[in-house]
Amino acid sequence: MNFDVTYFLEMIPLLLGYLGLTMKMASLGLVFALILAVNMAVVRVLKVPLLDWLVQLFISFFRGTPLLVQLFLLYYGLPQMFPIMVGIDAFTAAVIGLSLHFSAYMAESIRAAILGIDKSQMEAALSIGQSSLMAMRRIILPQAARIALPSLMNQFVDMIKSTSLAFTLGVAELMARAQMEASSSFRFFESFLAVALIYWAVVVIFTQLQNRLEKHLNRAYQR
Amino acid sequence: MIQLQKLVKTFDGHPVLNGIDMDITEGEIIVIIGPSGTGKSTLLRCLNFLEQPDSGQISIDGDTVDAARASKKAVLKLRRNTSFVFQNYALFANKTAVQNIAEGLMTVWGKPKAEALAEAQQILADIGLADKADSYPAALSGGQQQRVGIGRAMASHSKVMLFDEPTSALDPEWVEEVLQLMKKLAQRKQTMLVVTHEMSFAREVADRVVFMEGGRIVEQGPPEQLFSNPADPRTREFLRKVIRD
Repeated sequence: MNFDVTYFLEMIPLLLGYLGLTMKMASLGLVFALILAVNMAVVRVLKVPLLDWLVQLFISFFRGTPLLVQLFLLYYGLPQMFPIMVGIDAFTAAVIGLSLHFSAYMAESIRAAILGIDKSQMEAALSIGQSSLMAMRRIILPQAARIALPSLMNQFVDMIKSTSLAFTLGVAELMARAQMEASSSFRFFESFLAVALIYWAVVVIFTQLQNRLEKHLNRAYQR
Repeated sequence: MIQLQKLVKTFDGHPVLNGIDMDITEGEIIVIIGPSGTGKSTLLRCLNFLEQPDSGQISIDGDTVDAARASKKAVLKLRRNTSFVFQNYALFANKTAVQNIAEGLMTVWGKPKAEALAEAQQILADIGLADKADSYPAALSGGQQQRVGIGRAMASHSKVMLFDEPTSALDPEWVEEVLQLMKKLAQRKQTMLVVTHEMSFAREVADRVVFMEGGRIVEQGPPEQLFSNPADPRTREFLRKVIRD
């Protein structure tokens, strides 16, 4: 075994320089995915005619096909059909792809969480004169957020890791850089171990944040 | 002030309300009694469209809603004219006691936050829970939760308050404080429609007691008359079962 410790230790700070782009992709993806997911979940729970059907189709497609295929379709495929999309750069395409893909999973988590709220909460909101949309926003969704948090966090972790697929579109992010270094130095193990450890550390940090957030959201439910 | 005409509700083809007619005058306290599963709760829930009646009419102060084709706007107005107290309290679990009461004032009645909270705080003082303003429902006893539930209903100053078995889910030790609060409201001539099994409350507070069975009003009258001299054998049978002393 010849593990090049020096090379490995040099790789870490070098790769960390690219973490910013990875996190930018993941956090933009998270924001857009959540906005989409909340709206789709509400459409499904309130069974809005037509929209409900469209949302089901959307979720079925984005859960039923691989993320990599979706990214390729979006970045390499669609611009051929719709020239207006030629100008979309790889980073934007990756963010769009990640958002759409994970919004499908998140919508289902949020929907399940909403359905887990006692129906008397909605009835009480209606009884004081709120519309069902306002009741969703003020009463149901804040409570559903607490229930959905663990699975949403899982999906966010999955999204952070999935940003590595963006290198196949040519985005110069963490994984792309590791791949580049590895193929020029032939130090594959050191390079990919370094990148693995960085992803791992990021995920561990977010899991810690999740625990704190859960405690915060649980404060209303303590006796 | 409030008229119900031929209110009908079926669940999966099974009739629950078989054409209910009722006139409620302002300030009247009506207690509805009867065996379980006879449509008492459904009647209350139809009154504010938590259940949509199949047919019939509901009028409050001349605003008539035809159940079969009620517009969203009409339903909203009906809900603003009524308020509801739930058997399981149904306090908003994500909001403190004072926020529970202020919620409708802010979002439905359009009051600024500070004003709504101040008003909610006054209601809390009125129901004897001023010190629990910042407690979440999970930290309150059943009795306290139900009093906040009543406080939330009071906040909308609705024309009629609907009580759906407000004490049935409570441990016996908390029943009295909730009934006391309801009596206080009755003394202020708040129009109330109460479904309950608390016969002593009905006897003491009601202006009129309505006995329902099988989705129909079987008999109604002032409590003295209905309790001591019921006309219908079904009423007699029911009262014999529930009043043991």
